Amino acid sequence: MTHTTSEQLTLAATQGLKTLEKPLKAKQRMAIPAQEMPAQDPAVRRHNMNEVALGYSEPQARLEAERCLQCPTKPCVAGCPVSINIPAFIQKIADGDFAAAIGVIRESSLLPAVCGRVCPQESQCQAPCTVGKALKSTDKAVAIGRLERFVADWERENGLLKTPAVKTPTGKKVGIIGSGPASVTVAADVRREGHEVTVFEAFHRPGGVLLYGIPEFRLPKAIVDREIDELRAMGVEIKTDFVIGRTRRLNDLLEKDGYDALFVGTGAGLPKFMNIQGENLVGVFSANEYLTRANLMKGYDDRAATPIFPSKKVAVLGGGNVAMDAARCAIRLGAQEVHLVYRRTEAEMPARIEEIAHAKEEGIIFHLLQNPTRILADERGWVCGMELLSYELGEPDASGRRRPVEIKGSEFEMDVDTVIVAIGNESNPLIRQTTPGLATSKWGTLVVDENGKTSLDRVFAGGDIVLGAATVILAMGEGRRAAAAINRLLAQS
Amino acid sequence: MNKIIYKQQLSSDVYKMRIEAPLIAKERRAGQFIIVQIDSHFGERIPLTIADADPVEGSITIIFQAVGRTTHLLAIKAVGDTVQHVVGPLGQPTHIEKFGRVICVGGGIGVAPMHPIAQAMKAAGNEVIIIMGARNRDLLILEEEMRAIADELIICTDDGSCGRKALVTAPLKELCEMEPKPALAVAIGPPIMMKFCAETTRPYGVHTMVSLNTIMVDGTGMCGGCRVTVGGETKFVCVDGPEFDGHKVDFDNMMTRLKAYKSREDQDHHRCHLDEAIEEKK
Repeated sequence: MTHTTSEQLTLAATQGLKTLEKPLKAKQRMAIPAQEMPAQDPAVRRHNMNEVALGYSEPQARLEAERCLQCPTKPCVAGCPVSINIPAFIQKIADGDFAAAIGVIRESSLLPAVCGRVCPQESQCQAPCTVGKALKSTDKAVAIGRLERFVADWERENGLLKTPAVKTPTGKKVGIIGSGPASVTVAADVRREGHEVTVFEAFHRPGGVLLYGIPEFRLPKAIVDREIDELRAMGVEIKTDFVIGRTRRLNDLLEKDGYDALFVGTGAGLPKFMNIQGENLVGVFSANEYLTRANLMKGYDDRAATPIFPSKKVAVLGGGNVAMDAARCAIRLGAQEVHLVYRRTEAEMPARIEEIAHAKEEGIIFHLLQNPTRILADERGWVCGMELLSYELGEPDASGRRRPVEIKGSEFEMDVDTVIVAIGNESNPLIRQTTPGLATSKWGTLVVDENGKTSLDRVFAGGDIVLGAATVILAMGEGRRAAAAINRLLAQS
Repeated sequence: MNKIIYKQQLSSDVYKMRIEAPLIAKERRAGQFIIVQIDSHFGERIPLTIADADPVEGSITIIFQAVGRTTHLLAIKAVGDTVQHVVGPLGQPTHIEKFGRVICVGGGIGVAPMHPIAQAMKAAGNEVIIIMGARNRDLLILEEEMRAIADELIICTDDGSCGRKALVTAPLKELCEMEPKPALAVAIGPPIMMKFCAETTRPYGVHTMVSLNTIMVDGTGMCGGCRVTVGGETKFVCVDGPEFDGHKVDFDNMMTRLKAYKSREDQDHHRCHLDEAIEEKK
């Protein structure tokens, strides 16, 4: 496979821009080739942790922006969980006014550099795009996410990030539990109103899933640190090594420590396992553990004390972004072969299309319509293989996806020494176990009203602890809603 | 950042430290543990049990054996130095109530986490019989502290250099055969000791709690690295434990899991001794 470099893509875009005769008609716009995301050569990036997608160059961004029809129906805006005025910011990019473009995004979104990288755009803003529809392919939709990333990076790299203004102190105190995307959003939005904000993080470094879960090659940690620095610059206090429910209880914060409102954004931090034989053998990991060792604990670095299991042949179970992340980490950490096992087909995979494509380019071997029935042990109690069954697709299930049905007698074995289980997370029990009266669903998620308020007065929640395992942008959307409600509550009292 | 306010070497590689941690000192209850990390950038997170706490001073006591990278680094720290990260108190506290006769079996370094449990059991009105075991006299820790709590203290050493020359399971078996029958046994120590304590009490139907110390990363339920098989079900030591019914724990699986990184640990161990040698030369 030949790899097109960033320089080649930029050169083509520069020439493309020169040939445009303005004003452009819709037909001309649709004829502009969709701009490919420059990426590190797969053969090279398999051996490093650096970011894979390199970001559009300025000519590429401007040419891609010209593909937007500025259609009056703006279906993309409806597809965005935080309703960014997408055509407006794209127009500003086409005009070359990047500062105005990022200004438009910032009216609605707090973390554009993050969302531009990790949002599942193909199932959100880009899914209903008129250009994509006309060209009969979501792949051909205007690359909204890449454009968002372009202006967010442009802003940061040019030193133009401005710490948001903070209103005069109100004397009110808000506690935020967790420091992932939902919490970071609430912290910023509440602090802006002049309230004192403290963020409690259980780990030694703030950032939540953006740090421990999403790998460096997909979301550079410097970007997350930059967002956290921004909060500190606004005067938000961040307490790490602080486990709410253990170091201090939720009720203590309200009753003894003088907090006027709380936001719980502790995420979906309890890994699910398959409940099959052999799952506790040496060599079986939750994706959370594998990714935390690799990312937060820096397993990719020789200086790290946290060991990474020495794997030769790895099987990753699952088809979501976390499964792709784990598989791609395993390749980078030296595994000779990485197999991704998913019981449905690629069409049903919840992972972003770009991550699936990147995983394949990096040599991850996909096994679709297969599922393990047990994990096999050698004489030491270490993983030496899996027994699997083949599946076929049946009728649609509750999720609307066709249900995989096992094919009787199709058992076969696969030799592996490591199994990474990436089939999702349940909500962490620490807060609900230690907070009487906090209503939860049968899945253990917190129950909230339309303002993100829990069953307890002055306690709000959002993100994966409410949604179950979802996305960064949905967490941010929930955070915005809860922050608005907290600000209203504190304005009244 | 938590300051070390007291340090004492208890035996060749066992250390006792008091560390400033006011919130943990106030919240902690018997049976709970902390996670310690020495270096924010490249350090590992390891669980250590809390041996004691002083809420007035705002300190917790840890007793640890320098066996791995982090415990070696901790061992060379001095009073006034700081431990970068201390998180806790984690895990479910020990269920304390008046049971009657309670046998506390502590082996080696396991005597340290047993101390607060024995203390709490005594305070709840139990008759507390403590069995302490070590390879030899020099490796016995907290003898005086345990003597102060115990209604009866039995010391066993492998070489007979102190107390009985026996394994802790010998007096445990005798106590199971005696009247009044123990209402509860609590065993903390090396996995193999806990396994055999559970096997000793099983025929007598004496309920036996064990406190497990498995490999952890976050210590809050997020990673599942600490999981063990208990009664055929998967449990997380960090949030469901660390204490479990010893008759239901699959110790063999747990011991295998503890060896997952053995080769890497041995490598680190040698490197640490090298560091110490270099440190001494200076």
